Amino acid sequence: MSALEQMYQQVILDHAKRPVGRGPAIIAEPPAGALVGESHQVNPTCGDEVTLRILVTEPVEATTVAEVLSSVTWEGQGCSISQASTSVMTQLVSGEPVTEALHLADLFSELMASRGKGLASEDDEDALGDATAFTGTSKYPARIKCALLGWVALRDALARSGALPHRVVEQGT
Amino acid sequence: MNTPPVIDWVALRDQFPSLAQPVRNGKSLIYLDAAAAAQKPWAVIDAERGFYERTNAAVHRGAHYLAEQATVAFESARADVAAFIGADVAEVVWTSSATAALNTVAYAFGNASLGRGGASSAPFALRPGDEIVVTEAEHHANLIPWQELCARTGAVLRWLGLTDAGRLDLSNLDQIITERTRILAFGHVSNVTGALAPVADLVAAARRVGAFTVLDACQSVPHLPVDFRALGVDFAAFGGHKLYGPTGIGVLYGRKELLAAMPPVFTGGSMVEVVTMDSATYVPPPQRFEAGTQPTAQAIALGAAARWLGEIGMANIATHGRAMTAELLKIAEIPGVRIIGPGPGDSNVQGGGTAAGLDRVPVVTFAVDGVHAHDVGQVLDDAGIAVRVGHHCAQPLHRRFGVAATARASASITTTPKEIATFHEALTQVRPFFGL
Repeated sequence: MSALEQMYQQVILDHAKRPVGRGPAIIAEPPAGALVGESHQVNPTCGDEVTLRILVTEPVEATTVAEVLSSVTWEGQGCSISQASTSVMTQLVSGEPVTEALHLADLFSELMASRGKGLASEDDEDALGDATAFTGTSKYPARIKCALLGWVALRDALARSGALPHRVVEQGT
Repeated sequence: MNTPPVIDWVALRDQFPSLAQPVRNGKSLIYLDAAAAAQKPWAVIDAERGFYERTNAAVHRGAHYLAEQATVAFESARADVAAFIGADVAEVVWTSSATAALNTVAYAFGNASLGRGGASSAPFALRPGDEIVVTEAEHHANLIPWQELCARTGAVLRWLGLTDAGRLDLSNLDQIITERTRILAFGHVSNVTGALAPVADLVAAARRVGAFTVLDACQSVPHLPVDFRALGVDFAAFGGHKLYGPTGIGVLYGRKELLAAMPPVFTGGSMVEVVTMDSATYVPPPQRFEAGTQPTAQAIALGAAARWLGEIGMANIATHGRAMTAELLKIAEIPGVRIIGPGPGDSNVQGGGTAAGLDRVPVVTFAVDGVHAHDVGQVLDDAGIAVRVGHHCAQPLHRRFGVAATARASASITTTPKEIATFHEALTQVRPFFGL
């Protein structure tokens, strides 16, 4: 596989063509106690844009302590890497506890810093699922920002929703 | 008249060490990004290195041997650049970049508006209701300084639009350039469309109403013989690094009498006559606008670039550029490729009223239907082809054409038809690669 084919793996091309979670998303009436967060991110070098909205709700089961990222929707325009990466991320974090979403965001950042080597731990690679397809992107410093755009929006939306400081406090205890 | 030399454009490549290196797994580099940064010939590299090896010293101070040598080299470079653009040495101000040059003009107007510079600077003072005119094609560097100047002075910014073909729309010229217009700032050649502005028409319109003209010449000086006096503009700016010279050096051209009347912008060492604890008087231009230590090695290397280009001959370079433009525009035949700017069907591409008989340079911007510019650039890069992707510091122009980002192929004096054919072939593979 050439470096170019490694970068544009079929799973990426598929997500770019049929992105998960993309479309105008209006959360008309968030359920009581739910947190809403929105983030608009731009890559100024190429004009790629994403506006991501999240809904964080309290867990249904009384046994879990974490909030859950119950809905992730976004609008965007940009290159296939930025659009596919946001799509894969949406698939990966939707319905997950906020703590797990942040863990995945950390793993993805680590993957992007790996210069094409991927993650050392197989468990971590498994956790990232389709997002490991972006290993090839991490060889191209100019494109790492494209792959991270949606993830940056996710972190920002979580912070804006108010879910993030709460989680940090929780982890500290 | 001397017979112009016959140039071996293929052999010229040997003078560029950076072009000899293989890229992306042994591919031969096809560099089509000269409009962002031209590669450097040995003549320029040797001049910059040679300064540090043999001549390094502070200029215009010190009585020692090296100081004298450095000053001579620095001022000779100014003379070389002045000759290159048809200016007097007193009309060539060194700046750190074209952006710095344009900002210098804008801030000098701003300072005059605050009353600095006394009576001689009064003609530059702007008042609320005065107007500054730019165009929708401008690089951000020739747009934002004027937006900011308007915000500081209460002047109003207006602009000329673009036609669908990517040329300046002069149909409402008389409504845009009026008695209220004080400054008309425009690009000689658009860094996106590659089109030449109708300088004569614009300068005439500005003169009719007594407005100053400011020309952004970054994209014209590498491709055409340019004579600012003949063009009749009041101020002009260009950078070194697109002209086969170093980064960190640019040029502000200003008509002698205007520079002499303007207040300084940056102040400090090297630009003063008498300094007391509460005031200072300033030396005449160009030094009045050169506060602090200048990028000496870079200025000298830019002088070397101007001499080197002069030896090849800008008329020859323009002829070569015309041929490369025709080759580049053939990409319009590729399904799904749309050229932003004058294309092969533009009746003016082969004609025009400039000295070189050109009204377009080999800077060709395009969009590929269904594929983002970044992805286009990546596929071309895999074939060893360097193009620019993004909005090219011209967001309003991109908005005008309804695209967020485009790819741009720009030729240099080393570009050959064979290289463009390889680029053309690689570009035909882009849509199929993405399943289109």
